[in-house]
Amino acid sequence: MVEDRTIGGRIFAAINFTLLAIIALITVLPFIHVVAGSFTTSAELAANKFVLIPKVWSFEAYKFIFSTNTIFRAMGVSIGITLVGTLLSMFVTALMAYGLSRRDLDGRNIVNFLVVFTMLFHGGMIPTFLVVKELGLIDSYAALILPSTISAFNMIILRSFFQNIPEGLEESAKIDGCTDFGILFKIVLPLSLPAIATISLYYSVTYWNTYMNAILYLDDSAKWPIQVLLRQIVVLASGMDYSSTLDAAVPPPDQSLKMAVIVVATLPILMVYPFLQKHFAKGAMLGSMKG
Amino acid sequence: MQEVTAQPNAAPQLKIKKPQRSSELKKRIWRNKWLYVMLTPGVLYFIIFKYFPMYGLIISFQDYKPYKGIMGSEWVGLQHFQRLFTEADFLNILSNTLILFGMNLLFYFPVPIILALMLNELRGTFFKRFFQTLVYIPHFMSWVIIVSISFVMVTMDGGIINELLTYFGFEKVNFLLSPGWFRPMYIIQIIWREAGWGTIIYLASIAAIDPGLYEAARMDGAGRLRQIWHITLPAIRGVIVTLFILKIGSVLDLGFEHVYLLLNSMNREVAEIIDTYVYTAGMRQGKFSYSTAIGFFKSIIGLIMVMAVNKISKKMGEEGVY
Repeated sequence: MVEDRTIGGRIFAAINFTLLAIIALITVLPFIHVVAGSFTTSAELAANKFVLIPKVWSFEAYKFIFSTNTIFRAMGVSIGITLVGTLLSMFVTALMAYGLSRRDLDGRNIVNFLVVFTMLFHGGMIPTFLVVKELGLIDSYAALILPSTISAFNMIILRSFFQNIPEGLEESAKIDGCTDFGILFKIVLPLSLPAIATISLYYSVTYWNTYMNAILYLDDSAKWPIQVLLRQIVVLASGMDYSSTLDAAVPPPDQSLKMAVIVVATLPILMVYPFLQKHFAKGAMLGSMKG
Repeated sequence: MQEVTAQPNAAPQLKIKKPQRSSELKKRIWRNKWLYVMLTPGVLYFIIFKYFPMYGLIISFQDYKPYKGIMGSEWVGLQHFQRLFTEADFLNILSNTLILFGMNLLFYFPVPIILALMLNELRGTFFKRFFQTLVYIPHFMSWVIIVSISFVMVTMDGGIINELLTYFGFEKVNFLLSPGWFRPMYIIQIIWREAGWGTIIYLASIAAIDPGLYEAARMDGAGRLRQIWHITLPAIRGVIVTLFILKIGSVLDLGFEHVYLLLNSMNREVAEIIDTYVYTAGMRQGKFSYSTAIGFFKSIIGLIMVMAVNKISKKMGEEGVY
């Protein structure tokens, strides 16, 4: 926008800025409230209503969280499936995207069609559950990863990115005796780092946020990832289904404890967000244009 | 066949050409063998986890018994599909789904557009970046986190919203268990999580507008609001229409997680949608076939909607969705 120095223009700019500031506050205040609340006691929370900076600092909630095995284990599961899942997804997605990016490959149109078709039509929850069950994956960590190894959407983004790499580069590498694997790993991937970064971060956010796969495919609560545990502690305890799902003799967890669990489940994303932020807008654009 | 033998000239030609083509094809395939090796894991994934379940849809025509399997279960024809339109339960979840979708269209859809227009009018790039960064954040939080945060805020025992209500002399409200509050909470959470992220595509198409247009408008004495109305909005009209059409295409597809997390025994009457009902009926009550039929119905409607909508969008001169 070019500077607009008329009075009307200034008033407009001021109102606009104020409204945006309010919107930004509404967006982040709940997070700040939760973080602050997790560092104070429930009594303090009740006395001060909206806590943004705790007057009395208390680490009780965190001490309690990490004194129990449950949350440690759930964090471990989530970290594990995020690392393994992201690596596996990236590997398989990159291989497929590269193969399909090569215009001289016979049959690529059929495969492309088969992939796009899965975005338009799918078997749904129960038939997918039956496949996972038939494969014997129920109650295994693999059930949290394998059914969502490739996102068709991410694969297509990566494929378009690979297609924009000049073909001459690949040709000359081939003349120098490079195999297709060599071209992918030594030339194409290093040239695609921004796309690789974006897609890996999309995948890792998805794995960290895994919830539906877990409630569908895991019966054993010892294998729950952090998101499922979070729901047990906060959502169910806030509704009245609480007593039916958790031990009725245990009182519902108090506010600051719930908040601490939310913080713990959110933290990894907040930590990668600054890195993510550089790339994702571009990735989202590419996806929405070419998807 | 007869014609070929009747024309002696044509036959040898065909004979020579055909083997040549297939041997060329074989050569090409052999030369690209490593590319096929690369495709294999991906193709296997799609076959196993996407196409096998499509095959599994046939249990919606059966009285599926897990111990008998797909091959051994009894065929019942369209019985489950007929049941859809006679059962009050299904008509209720269908209307719940449509109401939530309608609210989505009415209350959520315009928000990213307005927000993008506002962000675009910001002068300093620093503040623009800053606000964008902030409003994108919630998109990366899982629904569990978004729902959890709103739950600790509205809960009866010590939630900030209820504390404020009592502070100002109002009665406490049980947001979580009252059916009347389910829809407003649902839509507010969607706006909170997705509005910022939704601005990306609008901002990109605004960035492509020729600055000369604004210059000219200012010469003619147009203020900021007039510039938005006469230049920015018409310029992004195409994107708005495309996204609107896309949205219509996903009418029955509200997503499972969000609603499932808000669902409880008190608000089931208004909160149960197709996606959650498939889970409740299939996984909880073991009605595999009936529940698969519901999912099948949803997928078919989805496919028809997307294809129809794509056609309409092309007819209207907008870019197709695929």
